Amino acid sequence: MTIATGPSPKPSTRPPGAESKFHHDAAIKAADDAHRTTVRRNIDTYNVAVDTGKARFSDWEAARRRCQQIKWEAVNHLDRYLVEFEENIKRRGGHVFWAASSEEARNYVLELAAARGVKTVVKSKSMVTEEVHLNPALEARGIQVWETDLGEYIVQLRDEPPYHILTPAMHLSHAQILQLFREKIPGDIEGESHEELVAAARRALRRAFFSAEMGISGANFLVADAGMVAISTNEGNGRLCTSVPPIHVVFAGIEKIIPRLQDLATLWPVLTTAGTGQFLTTYGTLIGGPRTAEEIDGPREFHLILLDNGRSRLLADIEQREVLHCIRCGACLNACPVYRNIGGHAYGTTYMGPIGSVLTPHLRGLDEYQHLSFASSLCGACSEVCPVRIDLAHHLLHNRRNAVDRTPRPWRERLAMRLWRWAMLDGRRFRMAGTLGRMALLTLYGAGAQQTKMDPLHAWTEAREAPPLAPVSFHDRWRRSHGKH
Amino acid sequence: MVPQVAFDMVAVLRRIGWQLDYPEEQTCCGQPAFNTGYWDEARPVAERFVRIFRQAEAVICPSGSCTAMVRNFYPELLAKSALRDDALALGKRVFEFSEFLVDYARVTDVGACFPHRVTYHDSCHLLRELHIQEQPRTLLRHVGGLELIELPYADECCGFGGSFAVKLPEISAAMGMVKARNIESTGADYVTSCDPSCLMHISGVLRRRRSQAKAIHLASILAVQQAVPGRNPVAEEVAQ
Repeated sequence: MTIATGPSPKPSTRPPGAESKFHHDAAIKAADDAHRTTVRRNIDTYNVAVDTGKARFSDWEAARRRCQQIKWEAVNHLDRYLVEFEENIKRRGGHVFWAASSEEARNYVLELAAARGVKTVVKSKSMVTEEVHLNPALEARGIQVWETDLGEYIVQLRDEPPYHILTPAMHLSHAQILQLFREKIPGDIEGESHEELVAAARRALRRAFFSAEMGISGANFLVADAGMVAISTNEGNGRLCTSVPPIHVVFAGIEKIIPRLQDLATLWPVLTTAGTGQFLTTYGTLIGGPRTAEEIDGPREFHLILLDNGRSRLLADIEQREVLHCIRCGACLNACPVYRNIGGHAYGTTYMGPIGSVLTPHLRGLDEYQHLSFASSLCGACSEVCPVRIDLAHHLLHNRRNAVDRTPRPWRERLAMRLWRWAMLDGRRFRMAGTLGRMALLTLYGAGAQQTKMDPLHAWTEAREAPPLAPVSFHDRWRRSHGKH
Repeated sequence: MVPQVAFDMVAVLRRIGWQLDYPEEQTCCGQPAFNTGYWDEARPVAERFVRIFRQAEAVICPSGSCTAMVRNFYPELLAKSALRDDALALGKRVFEFSEFLVDYARVTDVGACFPHRVTYHDSCHLLRELHIQEQPRTLLRHVGGLELIELPYADECCGFGGSFAVKLPEISAAMGMVKARNIESTGADYVTSCDPSCLMHISGVLRRRRSQAKAIHLASILAVQQAVPGRNPVAEEVAQ
């Protein structure tokens, strides 16, 4: 593994795409009341479950602190724990590949698939494979890819990326899914109820599980001392993906490492509680390598890809290193009022919501993705719910400062801030600015400029009334009442 | 921008016997630039704030957000400043208005009378940076004639967020609309809070919606002693 020394990628010329597309898509979603209603209803259901789940802990805050400590220890000793993990996997006949970039990770799997004549792949849920854009690469080589997590399967049928880290089809209603299945898998539908739709997906996916030559999964944790991959699932698809096909490939970010098996006793229930409100998910799977001589099932080959893809750059940034503590539970998305209004797709990134806004500039470049850090009211709900206590709102602030220091910002903004400082450094200038602003607004509004393009407060007054102008400032009134003129 | 809040705060504090000073040279705590990422612009403004206020026994501010800026963020912003120690000491003596009344002055009943149905919005920085949740509610429960109605999703952001409100107006306004709907669902006459900026946003949304509910700062409720139609006893008291 190479550790980059610079704190952040060098500023590049900003492509016009990401920021304007975000503003466009976010504005559309923010105005979509039906979308908002579905998402808020689903998140409300989640919140009830999570509150019940937290109440099962004798001390949820202590559990959070413990998880923070474990992840701190792991992330600050990645060099030791990753090597320990690798040695344990290799000892059992597994292969470990260190991928510096998305491209390296993709190519490893493509070459493996070509060498083994793989035609069908089944996948258990994995955000890292989304990050490296694995599915399109496999499909371009003529390999059929089946997402087998129900939510992932649904968004795959819709040709959409996941809407949420944990619940990828959260934005869809029963009616939309019924319609989708009628179009895509009509032969498997036997009824319209929720249960019947699950059964339809199950029938379609069963065929895939038993025809695939390769299973690909993510990892919730990589346990260093045991040399085990921990996977948490609810549908059983994870176990089928990792045990039925002859080849199992795991994709994991290097930050997924934890030191000891006993750490799972705290981390696992905290992850599932923060994620879904469950004390444990239906299936908790630990995998240590390929099938051994005594075992009657399991893959004959086991490959694990450790992905860097910008993470070591984040590791080198002492101020923001703790972002690597993230266990991808999705709690910050559900808590975020911005996410609750614009949803998961508007971000245009693999990781959405607060963690995505903090992380993406590190993975894909500050210059192109800084706008996400400004798309927050800094309300702090994300920091409050994070089960490993990452102060996400604070990191949004750091990203903003880094964006101002290291990348081109609009000249109007830079000028406005310089003028602001000039005015704030002197009481008379400050009051003068207030008086001039008031006079300008009174004049313009007197001429009927309010809510037109001439309105300097247009961005505000388009959707909200401007605050009424006070007839006299506090300063003037204080002086008058204290006999100063 | 909303001087009435400051007049009302002064009136309440004087009524319970505090002597107040108003340093006339004060401007801003620096938060607008700090939150927009312009820390080099924010720093001298913050240093100026520290120099002006460092002699005060207590600094009282009718805003959770500005209070959090001084208490929670000055240590980082001024980490390498010559005024760092003064800033740290000042942070312990800067109080948000409701916090000052309940925790410092130990007053929960300021003799206010406000016979209306009122709901309370938890401002984000007040709640999550300063952990002030009960103090404003306690003060409201002691106001004569006031009926306090809990607001659904009271701790969800109203969408103001400083420059966010004008940089991403569609998202900000959508958040404001959600807040306004929740306020309207309570049937309250007034929504109150401890931050003028949140209230400016909520009020702007409510007025655009021609809502029955009005936004009012906590200080302006506490300042009212008697509800006499057509008179503003608070303004008269301050003017004397």
